[in-house]
Amino acid sequence: MRGRAERVAAMVVKEFRQMFRDPRMARVIFVAPVIQLLVFGYAVSTDIANTATFLVDHDRTRASRELVDSFTASGYFRIVGRSDRPLDLVRALERGEAVVGLTIPVNFARDSTSSEGARVQILLDGTNSNTASIAKGYAERIVADFGRRLAPRGALALELRDRPWFNPNLESRDYNVPAVVGALIMLISLLLTSLAVVREREIGTLEQLKVSPLTAGELIAGKTIPFAVIALIDLAIVTAVALYWFEVPFRGRFFLLLVASALYILSALGVGLFISTISATQQEAFLASFLVFMPAILLSGFMFPVTSMPEVFQWATLLNPVRHYLEIVRAVFLKGAGFHALSRQFAALFVIGTSILLFAATRFRKS
Amino acid sequence: MTSKRLLAVARKEVLQLRRDPRSLILAFVLPVLLTVLFGYAISWDVDNIEIAVLDQDRSKASRELLDAFRASSYFRLSAFLDDPDEIERLIDRGEVRMVLVVPPDFSRELGAGRTALLQAVVDGSDANTANIAMGYARAIAQSYSLRIAFAGSSFHPPVQAESRVWYNEELSSRNMIVPGLVAVIMMIVAAMLTSLTIAREWERGTMEQLAATPVTRIEVVLGKMLPYVGIGLFDVFSVSAIGVLLFGVPFRGSPLLLVPLSTAFLVGALGLGMFISAITRSQVLATQIAMVATYLPAFLLSGFMFDVSVMPPVLSWLTYLIPARYFLVVTRGIFLKGVGVDVLFVQGLLMIAFGAAGFAAAVSAFRKEIE
Repeated sequence: MRGRAERVAAMVVKEFRQMFRDPRMARVIFVAPVIQLLVFGYAVSTDIANTATFLVDHDRTRASRELVDSFTASGYFRIVGRSDRPLDLVRALERGEAVVGLTIPVNFARDSTSSEGARVQILLDGTNSNTASIAKGYAERIVADFGRRLAPRGALALELRDRPWFNPNLESRDYNVPAVVGALIMLISLLLTSLAVVREREIGTLEQLKVSPLTAGELIAGKTIPFAVIALIDLAIVTAVALYWFEVPFRGRFFLLLVASALYILSALGVGLFISTISATQQEAFLASFLVFMPAILLSGFMFPVTSMPEVFQWATLLNPVRHYLEIVRAVFLKGAGFHALSRQFAALFVIGTSILLFAATRFRKS
Repeated sequence: MTSKRLLAVARKEVLQLRRDPRSLILAFVLPVLLTVLFGYAISWDVDNIEIAVLDQDRSKASRELLDAFRASSYFRLSAFLDDPDEIERLIDRGEVRMVLVVPPDFSRELGAGRTALLQAVVDGSDANTANIAMGYARAIAQSYSLRIAFAGSSFHPPVQAESRVWYNEELSSRNMIVPGLVAVIMMIVAAMLTSLTIAREWERGTMEQLAATPVTRIEVVLGKMLPYVGIGLFDVFSVSAIGVLLFGVPFRGSPLLLVPLSTAFLVGALGLGMFISAITRSQVLATQIAMVATYLPAFLLSGFMFDVSVMPPVLSWLTYLIPARYFLVVTRGIFLKGVGVDVLFVQGLLMIAFGAAGFAAAVSAFRKEIE
């Protein structure tokens, strides 16, 4: 037993030496994820702010100006142009200069105090469906609130008070940054493992390892342990950036995050090892990793909610370790959830991780 | 430049591609896979939101209100609670997105002509879904409120909003994504396939053979590009066809405008890929640089999925340097808005400029001389 541990340790040391012999590697491993997190963290956002709005105010009264003010004061809308001609509004939408068109009819002020009531028209460019539906919600809310101020007392029968928990300002960044952390960890461990093994095959040193006294199991352990360590270090770095740079709240326990990440990394290492058994060159390994990574991320709930998928796909995502990991990460960061609430996801990660790794290891042994 | 030599280079490239099944998968299967994934499997559209109800009033009025929620396709009432303590457990575990709480005095307040309160506790962790769910809930509460307040009277609420959505009337994310996929897929073809083409010659030592032939630089670049232009245009066609025929994405503009502008964009992207390939001379390095330089920006910073206007200033300025950003205006304009040259004039010129610049970069970086 002692001999085995020593052999694996020797191999791990060799792997680290080999990896850091190339000074560029340290940058790739430790700096690239931070840059990626910064770019992704800022780019991946579904919030709206200062949406370009074109105004056609036919009324030009104090009431109409007040309505426009409540649009701009909300911070969600910004007036980028105004005109008397509806055609200009159409043109602004067509050219993409404005996303929202607000038309206030003649006699707006007069009608709003009459029994008929006034109507304002909100025209939205739906090409970005997400921006449009959120802008539509805000615009309708602003108009309703404006009407409420004018309304005779008692006209409002029902008021909805919404209380968003965990993320009261509804910032999508708080939800997305932890997920970006998960995606990056997958990418790093997947690529490092698959490329490293194939590199040895390319330069012919894999044969040397095979004639050494290492058993196949020890070889696999020696190959994967260094990448697991690096992935955990990366996890610490990017989590620190998420907490201190993006100021994402962390309400749960770090220990849970660590355990979940370790299980998650098992799957990533397993997939990487598997890819290395089917690729002859680093080039092929890179492409194969890309082909696995893309659908795994798209079908994880990272950007597109699992509940919006057709049922068959919802079932299929249960096999995707990224889905379970993201559920854990988001719940631990934002909800402060404990192990109890997440036991299903932990179990799934454990089963998926060990089976992928075992499967890949068997294939690796044969090749 | 002779067309004979040009075609010979193109033919050689096709032969090489045909022997590489992985490249063919990338070129032909990945675009279809992505279109089907985006068209069918994943979307941003929020419906069937799981909600739970804590009805402390249990009156006719509260039942009517809940019926209104049930009738809408946006919500699915999956649980009725008896105890406020259950709210936390359900939301913590993520079993429901929202819990509606009807307070005990709900029908009494309504009957007295006062404003009744309805509380919605929302799981805000997914801000986007939460936002949309709250919007739907508010709309349902409001129409219920109007029905009660103005029932039987000729009186109307003082101000009402009439929203209309153009170009993508049902606000489906599919209509937003598929036109953008055209741009992203071209970038994949360019980044993953062309970035290899010159580096491969260097790595395999066939560059010397190529150098010994009488072909000129322009002939090599153009000849190598031709098959990929073919692949790229085929991908544009198949993505559009699948999107329009299978998923009902509108195509309102003119294909006669889409084809030339796509070709210009494609030439630019391919030129960029070949430029990277020629200066790195290593396949592994070339693909990785091409991924970072072409594919990722097209995916993230072009407005394909995420609105560039809300990004922080530095990132938002950066997007002006991303050609895909302008091409996306072209594809969405043609697919969804049905606009023509008059609107897309500037973007069209930019596409042609990008094509010319990409081609020039590839030719200038390509050196036949063997040092």
